[in-house]
Amino acid sequence: MSVFDGLKFRKVSSPIHNLDPRVKFIYVCAIFVAAILFGEILPLTALLLMQIPFVVLAGVQREWLRSLRGAAFLAAIIFFTNFLFSFVTAGYVVLASNVEWAASMTLRFVVLVESFSVFFLTTSPDHLGLALELTRVPYEFAFAFTTAVRFVPVLAEEAQTIMDAQKARGLELEKGNFMKRIRNYIPVLIPLIVSAIRRSLELAEAMESRAWGATKKRTNLYTLRLRRGDFALLALAIGVLAASICVRLYVYVPTLSQLLQGWL
Amino acid sequence: MIEIEQVSFAYPNGVEALKNVSLTINDGEFTAVMGQNGAGKTTLVKHLNGLLKPTKGIIRVDGVETTKTSVAALARKVGFVFQNPDHQLFSETVEEEISFALKNFGFTEDAIEKRITWALNLLGLTQYRKTSPFMLSGGERKRVALASVLAWDPEILILDEPTIGQDYQQKEKLRQFIVQMQTQRKTIVIVTHDVEFVAECNPRVVLMKDGRVVADGEGRAILTNPEALAQSSIVLPQIAQVFSQLSPLGLPKDVIDTYEAKELLLKTWRRLK
Repeated sequence: MSVFDGLKFRKVSSPIHNLDPRVKFIYVCAIFVAAILFGEILPLTALLLMQIPFVVLAGVQREWLRSLRGAAFLAAIIFFTNFLFSFVTAGYVVLASNVEWAASMTLRFVVLVESFSVFFLTTSPDHLGLALELTRVPYEFAFAFTTAVRFVPVLAEEAQTIMDAQKARGLELEKGNFMKRIRNYIPVLIPLIVSAIRRSLELAEAMESRAWGATKKRTNLYTLRLRRGDFALLALAIGVLAASICVRLYVYVPTLSQLLQGWL
Repeated sequence: MIEIEQVSFAYPNGVEALKNVSLTINDGEFTAVMGQNGAGKTTLVKHLNGLLKPTKGIIRVDGVETTKTSVAALARKVGFVFQNPDHQLFSETVEEEISFALKNFGFTEDAIEKRITWALNLLGLTQYRKTSPFMLSGGERKRVALASVLAWDPEILILDEPTIGQDYQQKEKLRQFIVQMQTQRKTIVIVTHDVEFVAECNPRVVLMKDGRVVADGEGRAILTNPEALAQSSIVLPQIAQVFSQLSPLGLPKDVIDTYEAKELLLKTWRRLK
């Protein structure tokens, strides 16, 4: 569940939390594109380091590190498959450049995961819905999206309670071979799904009794306005994007092993 | 016997739910753990079958430390009925629901069959044997959950909020059922807010507040102590409320039982007449 902890929003006020979600999303997309543009370790490290001031400013270090730990397993898989592949294609020799390639692919994954983690850690589901609505997404879809996001932690907690209840009846989740282990989860999944459906029906009734969809023209309690910080972040996003495209097109990016060789 | 020695517990998010709790529950004892929401009642009882392990201190169930055994092994001895039956019902029929734990514990076909019949009969569910548990009412689902635990006849029974969503008649049945379990020397621990239900059962009462045990003793003594109850946000049971104001007539204050109250009032009435 620790991967999800990296996506769990906690309501606090910080310069990063108060930024416009649309701009934050554009920034995350810019980082995303930049990470895809580069396969070299140096620019990817720079992209990862760029996240740290945001994390510190927002005060979500603990959650962010937890999501890093959650991503570690997948990162390890990515490292080993890349390494194995280059190991085989290079003719069964370990080259420094092969290790570096595998490391940079892993780093790329980490950059992608972590930039989204910062986004979700600092953006409330309400803000997200508001941003979707302002970008002309129909309200029904925006609402469904925010509700889904909001229910993730609730469902995670419920899953834990159900697991406890079934363990108290002698269920051993870790017992048996692979197929048996999957089957062990049936007593957990069925109550979880049933209660999720029941909850959604109750939610629909509660919403309708509070006049959901009564008027075509809805107003909002909170409105989003672009402030100075938002323009700064927007400029930064455009800067990152432009710089990485320029570097990609006109500058040769050396790998770490080449640099080290030049030194020695 | 359950021995809880200076147990503290903190959840991974840092919330300290239990602070240095020590408690001994003897065999055959009937205990009610009471206190306001978030006092640590459910956290405490989840330690008794090993679902939670103490961050500090030791818990022993019949001499076995909970940290040195599995939940499944402890569950055979300690039956735990959760508050919300919807967190455990998943089978197509009530019968299969009850057989789930029995299969996990490795009972034979014959034994499973007998125990299902016994448990259904005990809780008045025989006519629902082949019904889907999802088709039953809230109170009936709660009884199915209870039956599914009772079926393996655990020595220690933990009931988390057993009276929620039950009508008065069902509560009375539950009380009689607990009395019956007591005569079989079963250890029973209930977690509840239902002060009237506790007053009628008159068990040992453990009052909790902010992760600590603030009072522990005979139900009659604790439930008639307004100061102790107030700090756990519990009000006196109705009978105790009446008697707390009748002391000018020479009546005692520590009365919670309906029958005893009636006898005392009749005696006083005859004396005054």
